[in-house]
Amino acid sequence: MTAEIGLAALWMAAALCVMQFITGALALRADTVSEGADIGAITRPAAIVQGLLAMTAFVCLLWLFAITDLSVKLVASNSHSDKPLLYKITGAWGNHEGSMSLWIAVMALSGAAIGALEKRLPEKTIQAVLAAQGAVGAGFYAFIIGSSNPFERLPTPAAQGAGLNPLLQDFGLAFHPPTLYMGYVGLSVAFSFVVGALVTRQVTPDFARAMRPWVLGAWVFLTLGISAGSWWAYYELGWGGWWFWDPVENASLMPWLAATALLHSVTVLAARDALRTWTVMLGVVAFSMSMLGTFIVRSGVLTSVHSFAVDPERGAFILILLAIYIGGALALFAWRAGTISEGKRFALASREAALVFNNIMLCAILGVVLLGTLYPLMAEAMGDRVSVGAPYFNSVSAVFALPMFAIMAVGPILRWRQDSGGRISKAAILLAAIGIVTFVAGWLASDAGILPLLGLAFAAVLGVASVLPLYSRSLRRTPLATWGMVLAHLGIAVSLFGMASESGFSKETLAAVSAGESAAIGPYEVTLLGVEPLAGPNWTALEARLSVSDGSEPVVLRPQSRSYVQPVQTTTESALHNRWDGQLYVVLGQAAGDGRWQLRLWWKPFVTLIWYGSILIALGGAMAAVGHIMTGHRRRRLVVRLKERRAEEAALA
Amino acid sequence: MIRYLAFLAALLIAISSSAVPLSAQETSLANVQLSDPVQEAKAKELMESLRCLTCQSQSIADSDAEMAEDMRHLVRTRVQAGESSDEIRNWLVERYGDYVSYSPDVIGPNWPLYAIPGLLLLVGIALFLRRLRGRS
Repeated sequence: MTAEIGLAALWMAAALCVMQFITGALALRADTVSEGADIGAITRPAAIVQGLLAMTAFVCLLWLFAITDLSVKLVASNSHSDKPLLYKITGAWGNHEGSMSLWIAVMALSGAAIGALEKRLPEKTIQAVLAAQGAVGAGFYAFIIGSSNPFERLPTPAAQGAGLNPLLQDFGLAFHPPTLYMGYVGLSVAFSFVVGALVTRQVTPDFARAMRPWVLGAWVFLTLGISAGSWWAYYELGWGGWWFWDPVENASLMPWLAATALLHSVTVLAARDALRTWTVMLGVVAFSMSMLGTFIVRSGVLTSVHSFAVDPERGAFILILLAIYIGGALALFAWRAGTISEGKRFALASREAALVFNNIMLCAILGVVLLGTLYPLMAEAMGDRVSVGAPYFNSVSAVFALPMFAIMAVGPILRWRQDSGGRISKAAILLAAIGIVTFVAGWLASDAGILPLLGLAFAAVLGVASVLPLYSRSLRRTPLATWGMVLAHLGIAVSLFGMASESGFSKETLAAVSAGESAAIGPYEVTLLGVEPLAGPNWTALEARLSVSDGSEPVVLRPQSRSYVQPVQTTTESALHNRWDGQLYVVLGQAAGDGRWQLRLWWKPFVTLIWYGSILIALGGAMAAVGHIMTGHRRRRLVVRLKERRAEEAALA
Repeated sequence: MIRYLAFLAALLIAISSSAVPLSAQETSLANVQLSDPVQEAKAKELMESLRCLTCQSQSIADSDAEMAEDMRHLVRTRVQAGESSDEIRNWLVERYGDYVSYSPDVIGPNWPLYAIPGLLLLVGIALFLRRLRGRS
């Protein structure tokens, strides 16, 4: 019964979504047709009910997975009754159909939130925004109902489920895809705002303020989603890498880059009424990138370690959606961009100029990642197989990233509109000195490559620069949004430091040892105590016991090599040990004969800062969002009170 | 019951894998570092930029696949014999095509990979300057 309720809810939500699009679009013509004025009023309630229905459908799906209803095809082919409950539930979105249901549920809920809460913009603009959301949503409903119905029943219930890819039976999966999807959906909301504002000619600071929380929210979720994915790959894949420039990773990085640019551009529009076309353009780009990301992930068009959900037919469907949405958005932009003026002007030495420069750099990095990701595909179409990987991405994106970091260091202490280089020269000299000293010190003290050393230098510069905006400010009166910026920029410095020291100073030891023998790695001495078999709920494993000591009290680490029964697959479970200045990463390899076992050992200085930094970034973004929402709320209340007082005065007079 | 069987299976795996013949294991440099740290660093850098052909988007430096192990052995052996990184890469590219190398050459059929970012840089600078000049 649950499956049928879910499917019915999905169909009704789809119908309401179409209605939301039609009524919102018709309302646009209401100035010419007076009877049309009422029709737009349906848009908001339609969005709210659609949100509730889509959520109902998703909850039904979760329930089916929780109770392992094997008469449902999706459950039977992706779950197993022996799985722990947590992974049964997370398995609901670990597959194609489920993840699309999640996408739609989140998207419809965002529409409901706009319909219920957004009061700042003219009614017509909101209706246009919801209509745009309806248009995007309709495509996804068609996709899910037409080609990936999650509620399909089997003619006869399966006796047992097929299981879930063991790599995906992990807490990382519980967290990684939903956060990324929320980010993607947030960008689709931002896109809807852009379309609504373009159509009703409302590209104003008010529009920017209404859109900003969605952009910030999307950005926070993308940041968390990407770093959760990176952390997961780091400890799960067993080779100590945390970023592989894999097409699917790039697919999540590209929307993040676009969202980063968009969020800074929106801030300029909200504060200064400048960069109107830029903001609109970036809104379109950010959405396109999140659609492209979905396409790459869901179609499996690019070979990747992530192609769990490979299906070329569905890929073609998404590709068509992608072409319609991006093409439509660009056409709308080309058609209406002429009607928006660029807004207020500014000088070379101004915060706006710094932001524009960095936006261009971010877009260029986005271009490099996009090119590097799609180039192999284009080359293959021409009959040539090419690989583009880390050596290319690292060096080429650094060309744009390094100047960006330099400008990022001074941007926040520049004034809006017009400033003089002289005012900040002291700070700039201090920052440059810090950078040069760090670089030279690293150069003399180690044999690390140029890029890690530059990364280290810029991390030091940014670490200091990020807190400079607080200098000579009253800390208690500093707005929450400013704290958010400081924290996010500091997070970039922290992450960068982690990345640079990991790539510049990591140590590796591969050893084949028998019980009682030791191997040295970084500051540690690792001794193999023994290897024993072990059984878990749905796996068996070989577990090594390693005694690990850096001179102080030894610690026992237990890396495993796991074999899953359903489906059959082997995974490595690395064991990690933290010290204040880095992390020890140990993996149990194969038996090396003669009672010896292969051990892969890494010492990774400050590697965890990569993820701590990204938590800071996300926290900063969240603080900025809350700060802006609160300020906006306060300002609106003030405006209302002023109006009331004026009305009273008028009544008295 | 299932648990018990699984446990047995693990035991069996443990026993059988330790019985692999010694000779095959000992000669392979797939998972053995070179004694010279400079050579090992060179080999490592090279391995990170070579694609494991049977895996999906993984370099031979981080894959458990047999193919990757063979290639790691090959890279370490050749580095040890004193061949330069470029020689080894070219040798592999000749056999497996450009697909095996993660770092396409600037000069050669894949020049657009480098020319387009250069173009992007120019367009970016032009955009930036235009915005500023529009002011006066």
